[in-house]
Amino acid sequence: MGIQNLLWQVAKKSFTGSIIGLTISDRCCSVVPVRGDSMSPTFNPQKNSYLDDYVLVDKFCLKDYKFARGDVVVFGSPTHYRDRYIKRIVGMPGEWISSSRDVIRVPEGHCWVEGDNKTSSLDSRTFGPIPLGLIQGRVTRVVWPPQRLGKIS
Amino acid sequence: MNAMRVLSYMKQWRGTAKEAFAHVSIVAKFLCLLHVTDRYIISSTHVQGPSMLPTLNLTGDVILTEHLSHRFGRIGLGDVVLVRSPRDPKRMVTKRILGLEGHRLTFAADPVVGDSSVSVVVPKGHVWIQGDNLYASTDSRHFGPVPYNLIEGKALLRVWPPECFGSLR
Repeated sequence: MGIQNLLWQVAKKSFTGSIIGLTISDRCCSVVPVRGDSMSPTFNPQKNSYLDDYVLVDKFCLKDYKFARGDVVVFGSPTHYRDRYIKRIVGMPGEWISSSRDVIRVPEGHCWVEGDNKTSSLDSRTFGPIPLGLIQGRVTRVVWPPQRLGKIS
Repeated sequence: MNAMRVLSYMKQWRGTAKEAFAHVSIVAKFLCLLHVTDRYIISSTHVQGPSMLPTLNLTGDVILTEHLSHRFGRIGLGDVVLVRSPRDPKRMVTKRILGLEGHRLTFAADPVVGDSSVSVVVPKGHVWIQGDNLYASTDSRHFGPVPYNLIEGKALLRVWPPECFGSLR
């Protein structure tokens, strides 16, 4: 009887905790790891280090989808629906971007994203401008590892 | 004497604060539960506009949308889905899926004027969405295939107006 009661209590607590956690991570901020070296000088500066950077993602910007050039954003991949990428916004709607092939205009409601490490980054140079609706948050600071804690430029 | 009185006040205040905190936390938990249900399981949406005639009324219907199947990639041909508009991220549009990745489809370039047609192949990770009303719908024929990740839900049921209650197929 005692064990059952305990299990029930634990289940209740973890359920409450998870819904509160989900709400906070959807509405205000969440922490996500950065994989790969496509943003290399900004995140994961050392190559082949097994310690990934963890970054704080601000979700308040999703209320009005206002972004500026230079913001680092998390967005759902336009080609693989399970993946998420972290890149820097380089072009806003209506601006002209010179990609490798030609100069194109970023269409309405889209933006042009590129990684800081141009040599190994899968970004708008491959899949074109992405809709702003794919953006899931703006990266504001690095939170882990502690010696790299700080705001990003 | 004075100290005793202060102590008793403190005790009283503490009791009230505890009670208030308990009430607030119940409300907060309830709001969190609402948010999670609305975002991850099921929610109601008010849709209006001419683009989905005759499936959905012009004047506005309330439909129930579920948010589970698109997370597991279980969106199929013919589903009515809620999609974040690629042109304006603040708007949601309701359309029908007419093509999945890799499908080749042909559509009339302009249904009003002639019968010239355009043929496209839906690229990887994208879907082709179109309104049921060919003549008054802004959809993939204008902005091209949309990324799968823009899908936010799948329409299940129409709940309002009550005489049209039922599944959306």
